[in-house]
Amino acid sequence: MSILIDETTPIIVQGFTGEKASFHAREMIAYGTRVVGGVTPGKGGQVHLGLPVFNTVKDAVQATGATASLAFVPPAYAADSLMEAADAGLKLVCTITDGIPAQDMIRVKRYLMRYPKERRTLLVGPNCAGIISAGKAMLGIMPGHIYRRGSVGIVSRSGTLGYEAAAQMNALGIGQTTSVGIGGDPINGSSFLDHLMLFEQDPETTAVVMIGEIGGPQEAEASKWVKEHMSKPVIGYVAGLTAPKGRRMGHAGAIISNAGDSAAEKAEIMKSFGLTVAPSASQLGATVADVLRRSAR
Amino acid sequence: MGGLERMDIHEYHAKELLAGYGVPIQPGKVAFSADQASFAASELGGWHWAVKAQIHSGARGKAGGIKLCRTYHEVRDAAEAMLGRKLVTQQTGPAGKIVQRVYVEVAEKFERELYFGIVLDRKVERVRIIASAQGGMDIEEIARTAPDSLLQIIVEPAVGLLPFQAREIAFGLGLNLKQVSRAVAAILGAYRAFRDLDASMLEINPLVVTKDDRVLALDAKMSFDDNALFRHSEVAEMRDLAQEDPREAEASQDNLSYVGLTGDIGCIINGAGLAMATMDTIKYAGGEPANFLDVGGGASPERVAKAFKLVLSDANVKVVLVNIFAGINRCDWVAQGVIQAVRDIGIKVPLVVRLAGTNETEGRQIIALSGLPIISAETLAEAAEKSVAAARDSVANARGAAAGGAP
Repeated sequence: MSILIDETTPIIVQGFTGEKASFHAREMIAYGTRVVGGVTPGKGGQVHLGLPVFNTVKDAVQATGATASLAFVPPAYAADSLMEAADAGLKLVCTITDGIPAQDMIRVKRYLMRYPKERRTLLVGPNCAGIISAGKAMLGIMPGHIYRRGSVGIVSRSGTLGYEAAAQMNALGIGQTTSVGIGGDPINGSSFLDHLMLFEQDPETTAVVMIGEIGGPQEAEASKWVKEHMSKPVIGYVAGLTAPKGRRMGHAGAIISNAGDSAAEKAEIMKSFGLTVAPSASQLGATVADVLRRSAR
Repeated sequence: MGGLERMDIHEYHAKELLAGYGVPIQPGKVAFSADQASFAASELGGWHWAVKAQIHSGARGKAGGIKLCRTYHEVRDAAEAMLGRKLVTQQTGPAGKIVQRVYVEVAEKFERELYFGIVLDRKVERVRIIASAQGGMDIEEIARTAPDSLLQIIVEPAVGLLPFQAREIAFGLGLNLKQVSRAVAAILGAYRAFRDLDASMLEINPLVVTKDDRVLALDAKMSFDDNALFRHSEVAEMRDLAQEDPREAEASQDNLSYVGLTGDIGCIINGAGLAMATMDTIKYAGGEPANFLDVGGGASPERVAKAFKLVLSDANVKVVLVNIFAGINRCDWVAQGVIQAVRDIGIKVPLVVRLAGTNETEGRQIIALSGLPIISAETLAEAAEKSVAAARDSVANARGAAAGGAP
């Protein structure tokens, strides 16, 4: 098992015929992902990478039975494409796009709520590296070869820091079930909590690494839930100990503006809710190994 | 990679925008010289004027950046005293900000000072309106000293701010009927400006009530979501680069994300999260990072070269650490870019390079065979430790050289 996607999940790519989308669609297919087609308005009926292209997401879903999509759409049009995906009934939409206006994301999130919970779309991203279920399927832009099958889940705001965690774990012989990048924007589709809940239900996942950043309330909210509901150990880390207050550190969401936003405060909150916090990013793998050893006893 | 910071604009620009949405303001004019300021006062008419330094900071009044004047001569003197000077407020930091323009505004007597603000609230993922009868203070101070005076409304995005919500705020501020109808128009106008122009913060502090029951925006601050500037060229043009850190402004022109700090280990890293984590690891190893710099996923030779120039323009930098985790990129390309940059720029401080991910073996080999004095590291921990050690050596060498006994 894994969360969100596996080798059987039928996936479409929105913005399919674009240069970057084509490159990553090829990578996804090479990894074993079941890509069944794509959407580019105006190019419906064409064949791209040997797969059918559709004008609308609805057409694509009807013809292929897709349940998930990767939205590779420029920032100005991204919100529209995400709402289109939700309306077409996709269960999961992941968007890599960096630079979507914050007020567009507010509208997207409001739009998702118009559907009852059973058919509501789970949005991952924007501004993230995507999702990978090690050895099974990839819905994103990460280097697939750095992940190895195993039993630890990763959920991270940052893409490259997620890679770093996986690489350190691999060096110690620890593999992953699924790794999810939730993205660095202030308003994102799904939160740490959404994915921790899924990892808790996944029988194959035995522990989860949660990699946060300065800014925003999501790490604290997720940690509280861990304390109250989670049976599996969670290893935490928060990047940005050296970040000055009021300065944005690259990601639109990485800014210390409120109490509880700093890395030190978030790490304290994590500890107070029983998470094991890695003392440094260079100790992520070692901390996971430690926790696994202790919980095996 | 979102090179721009959140974009701030000047008070007079914010007022110009707000006036376009029906928010009442006093007549005013911007001036770039003392003569222009006194002429502006004569053109505006009236008996009293406020001369206000235009810098991207609040708390200007306490720092001497706002002066009430009774004659054209006083206006001229006030502008003369402000222009070309650095103004240091509680919000600018010790470096202060340079005053290159002043705003001359007809002064008005008022009876009450109120606070009105609009923010994007991450927690509820909605727009939040905040108002208080305790105007003039900053919002954190109001929240601390008079939390009961805070009125808050969360805006439902599907319908926007509704008139009844604006009325709730206006009545909540204790306004009389005449004032309420004017305040409602101002509040709804401010919200429309915020929404239509993709602002991320709007603050009218104070919003004043005059003797004759008018409601006026006496000060105004607006910040914008840089991700949305593509659809608001009129706002994008209001950017004032002189108010920004020159290195950060230059970086943003190159679409690099850079934040200067006070340490001595220069950092060039791909990905914002990994960049922050690397800086933290440097600190964990006993060193101090000189900057945050995200070169982005591409990390092409051109971008790497620009990043080197930017980092090396900081005189405090004693070591440069390059940490790239190549995903869709390839370490061999990055290695070639680094070598090219080192040869072109001729860097004089020690360089530590850590390459991981796609084609890392090839990348490391290229660095090793280059013949350049590059310190190679395999892991994040090793990269941080080697950088810290190199920074210490360079300090020790400088001391030794100063003492005349260096090897």
